[in-house]
Amino acid sequence: MSIELVLHYLVSSSFIHGAGMTLLLTVTSLFFGVMIGLVLALIQESRTRTGQVVTFFYLWLFRGTPVLFQVIFIYNVLPSFGIKLSAFVCAVLALSLNEGAYMAEILRSGLQAVKKGQRTAGLALGMTGSQMMRYVVVPQAARIVLPPIGNQMIGMLKLSALVSVIAVEELLLVANQTASADFRYFEALTAAGIYYLAMTTAFMGLQILIETALDPKKRQRMRRVPLTERMLGTSKSFAVR
Amino acid sequence: MVVEHFLEIVGINKSFGSVQVLKTCSMTVAAKETVVVIGPSGSGKSTLLRSINLLEPVDSGDIFFAGENITRERKKAHLLRQQIGMVFQNFELFAHLSAVENVMLAPMKILGVSSADAHDIAVDLLRKVQIPEKADAFPDELSGGQQQRVAIARALAMRPKLMLYDEPTSALDPEMIREVLDVMAELSAEGMTSIVVTHEMGFARRAADRIVFMEQGEIIESASSDQFFGGTVNDRARRFLDQILH
Repeated sequence: MSIELVLHYLVSSSFIHGAGMTLLLTVTSLFFGVMIGLVLALIQESRTRTGQVVTFFYLWLFRGTPVLFQVIFIYNVLPSFGIKLSAFVCAVLALSLNEGAYMAEILRSGLQAVKKGQRTAGLALGMTGSQMMRYVVVPQAARIVLPPIGNQMIGMLKLSALVSVIAVEELLLVANQTASADFRYFEALTAAGIYYLAMTTAFMGLQILIETALDPKKRQRMRRVPLTERMLGTSKSFAVR
Repeated sequence: MVVEHFLEIVGINKSFGSVQVLKTCSMTVAAKETVVVIGPSGSGKSTLLRSINLLEPVDSGDIFFAGENITRERKKAHLLRQQIGMVFQNFELFAHLSAVENVMLAPMKILGVSSADAHDIAVDLLRKVQIPEKADAFPDELSGGQQQRVAIARALAMRPKLMLYDEPTSALDPEMIREVLDVMAELSAEGMTSIVVTHEMGFARRAADRIVFMEQGEIIESASSDQFFGGTVNDRARRFLDQILH
């Protein structure tokens, strides 16, 4: 094994582009996935018969078939209906539609975890339905759904490797192509693995940051105790907690 | 002098499925009056209370608040509720906010009061309910009695014209009941119009102007506190009283 070659791959423009593409795929698909999930969760919350049927069908379809199948299906079948999309758009479409199904369930569980009494208390103060959602339900639900959404973020990063089958130049495809060109599988895949781990580590860090930001108690304590005292553990209130 | 009824409920009916929980209930509340509603569990007391601020729409009958028929309000229900404070059995403080933030939320987000002004209002009210020192504590760091007093402060922050208490001490340990009832009695003494659903007869004796007795969805008796405790009451009310006093 040549460490120099691994380093060479790490800084090569094709790997950087591949990693960038993986990140872009992940972030865009997550964004649209969350949007779709939110719409589905709110439809389910509204408890209309049609809404229930629509969301049930959606979940049944997109959770019931493999993502790889959905990617290949969208890429190969849509053109025969005259819809011609780039491989990247097909990839984002398939990943978002699939993600939406899982996000819907996560968001729904978060909304349901906020007890009815909390909503009633908001309404009794004179809030409108949307004020009550915005100031009472969503802030509490956000804290509940964050850990499972963190899971989904990391899952999506790895799932994005699947779209190499429709020739989107993401990290795994780049690594595989490089490896077969140079016959240096070990080095090329190691470089890709390092990128994947670096990105998942960054996502985990991001999750911890958001969790702290959303936890009012942690936030308040951060404000009360100066950073240096917290690092050194010299603050009394820090020692008590 | 003609007594202007502050709140007037005229023959309201309400059913949940096949169970009729309110049967042609009528009652009036004058301004500054404190009315205590008592009765066995399942007699419709809470539903009566929740129908007043339209949390529970009634099937028929009318409710007049400050001279206006509010019964069929749907779109403006939130405007009405801004004038009516409500306190719940399980406190229902917003779990993601500290005590002071719980009190500040409604004035800021509903009335558009500035954060600094809302903070002043909240601190004053927390002082009024005797827990200014817990301003930065979160609900899960407070005892039940403290939570309920914050909940009263939260309701008062909207400067309500009427306070509704739905069994405010039923979820409390005995030693904490007193601190909550004291705050409520003080508010009543200051002239806050209040309707209190409770089993606390001591509070009724001390703070109520009138007692309303409900059973199986009906208002059986509505008497002044003196009359009620003086013995001139309906048989069914008497039996209930005997049960809970012994």
